[in-house]
Amino acid sequence: MTQTLAGYNFAYLDEQTKRMIRRAILKAVAIPGYQVPFGSREMPLPYGWGTGGIQVTASIIGRADVLKVIDQGADDTTNAISIRRFFAKTAGVATTEHTADATIIQTRHRVPETPLRAGQIMVYQVPIPEPLRWLEPRETETRTMHALTEYGAMHVRFYEDIAHYGRIATTYDYPVIVNDRYLMRPSPIPKFDNPKLDMSPALQLFGAGREKRIYAVPPFTKVKSLDFQDHPFAIESWDEACHLCGSTTSFLDEVLTDDQGGRMFVCSDTDYCRTRTS
Amino acid sequence: MSALPMLDDEPPLLVVEGLTVAYGNRVGCRDVGFELWPGEVLGIVGESGSGKTSLLNALSAKIEPAAGTIHYRLRDGTMADLFGLSEAVRRQLLRTDWGVVHQNPRDGLRLTVSAGANVGERLMAVGARHYGEIRGSALDWLGKVEIDRDRIDDRPSSFSGGMQQRLQIARNLVTNPRLVFMDEPTGGLDVSVQARLLDLIRGLVADLGLSAIIVTHDLAVARLLAHRLMVMRGGEVVESGLTDQVLDDPQHPYTQLLVSSILQV
Repeated sequence: MTQTLAGYNFAYLDEQTKRMIRRAILKAVAIPGYQVPFGSREMPLPYGWGTGGIQVTASIIGRADVLKVIDQGADDTTNAISIRRFFAKTAGVATTEHTADATIIQTRHRVPETPLRAGQIMVYQVPIPEPLRWLEPRETETRTMHALTEYGAMHVRFYEDIAHYGRIATTYDYPVIVNDRYLMRPSPIPKFDNPKLDMSPALQLFGAGREKRIYAVPPFTKVKSLDFQDHPFAIESWDEACHLCGSTTSFLDEVLTDDQGGRMFVCSDTDYCRTRTS
Repeated sequence: MSALPMLDDEPPLLVVEGLTVAYGNRVGCRDVGFELWPGEVLGIVGESGSGKTSLLNALSAKIEPAAGTIHYRLRDGTMADLFGLSEAVRRQLLRTDWGVVHQNPRDGLRLTVSAGANVGERLMAVGARHYGEIRGSALDWLGKVEIDRDRIDDRPSSFSGGMQQRLQIARNLVTNPRLVFMDEPTGGLDVSVQARLLDLIRGLVADLGLSAIIVTHDLAVARLLAHRLMVMRGGEVVESGLTDQVLDDPQHPYTQLLVSSILQV
């Protein structure tokens, strides 16, 4: 895979654009959780498929990097394969499915089960970066709310959940406070993955292409999930173990196996599951 | 009208001087000045377009006045220039020390969340993080504004107009504010519901020792609630004084017209 596409710059984006995105990333790292606006470019894939993540990856990837792309935990879905091949073709970089071997992991909806290590970079694809958007449609107002740390109304949503369901029913894209300061959407990862963001040794970058925002959680940064004192944050749990590898500690997907009501629970992280079974 | 609490030793809560609100070349209100004491209810009356709401918006720091000053006494006793404070402090005041009751409850409520969440929002905004306690306060306040406790998980969109208005009042009073702004609190309600709401507001204001500024075009509302009245016309205050004095012995021709145009049933 050393032969790259002719006529394209390394990693598709031109150098000027990469420089602009890197500046945004540097600012984002300097202010953990703060959404930095950037000049998002048209990418050869539709909005919602990871245009933000792919631009972040393109501007940080080097020839020596090893790229892993996951989509809902799996390495072998259309989106993951397409993005991996895109960078193999335009940057000629090595790709992998093994979490431990990767230096850059672009992800949609999951954080790998294998613990991340220092030096790795997580790139999250973000559909809607603004955690306050559901309660305040005006961008000028949400920016003021961030500036003045006016986050109290976020709990209204949790209050509603508890009033109606008896527990906090938000299960993915669960809002967090980064470094005791900024309220942040962790992208649509299950809340199961929220604790992995806290004090992670890896650098975590978040890119929202359509909304033109980049934000970051630097290594070893405090990430706290919002909750109530009498309804503390809790992650999902399952009564069953993974059908394939027997894991009781990983995030499980329920898979229908036939039309007779047959079903099984398997790890959502395919690489983790495969490593345990082989 | 209840007796005006005359506390000579207490300084005023709000001092307004030469307040002018302009929208470009158009004037909302011009050169308004008054003082408001703790526990006092000031009524602002006048016809539509007389500058009542402009004045209220400037007082509640929603729009910046073109000229004039507003000084407010903070809880620590210092008089602060409202527009000299940082935006953060001003917004903090609006959430805690002040309440704003809108004419249209849909402007003051979150219609997509339950009544309990509406009342609890201000508590959460000032840092309450215990669900049980927030819900307890919400239930307590629903009781105080005469809304059935079993409606706590219903959305305000399923409430009647009068209930929505009472819910809005509860939502504002839950943080024990010292000053409440009300813009036509009884507008759009039928007379029997109006009467109950007025009773409620009068009781709450007296019990909690609130100061209030009530904008209304309804002289009956002013007579019932306000200790003092300001009559506005064309953006200017044409007459002010004790409510009974202004309504029973109006001096300015416009006030005389206003008083005489009430339908006698």
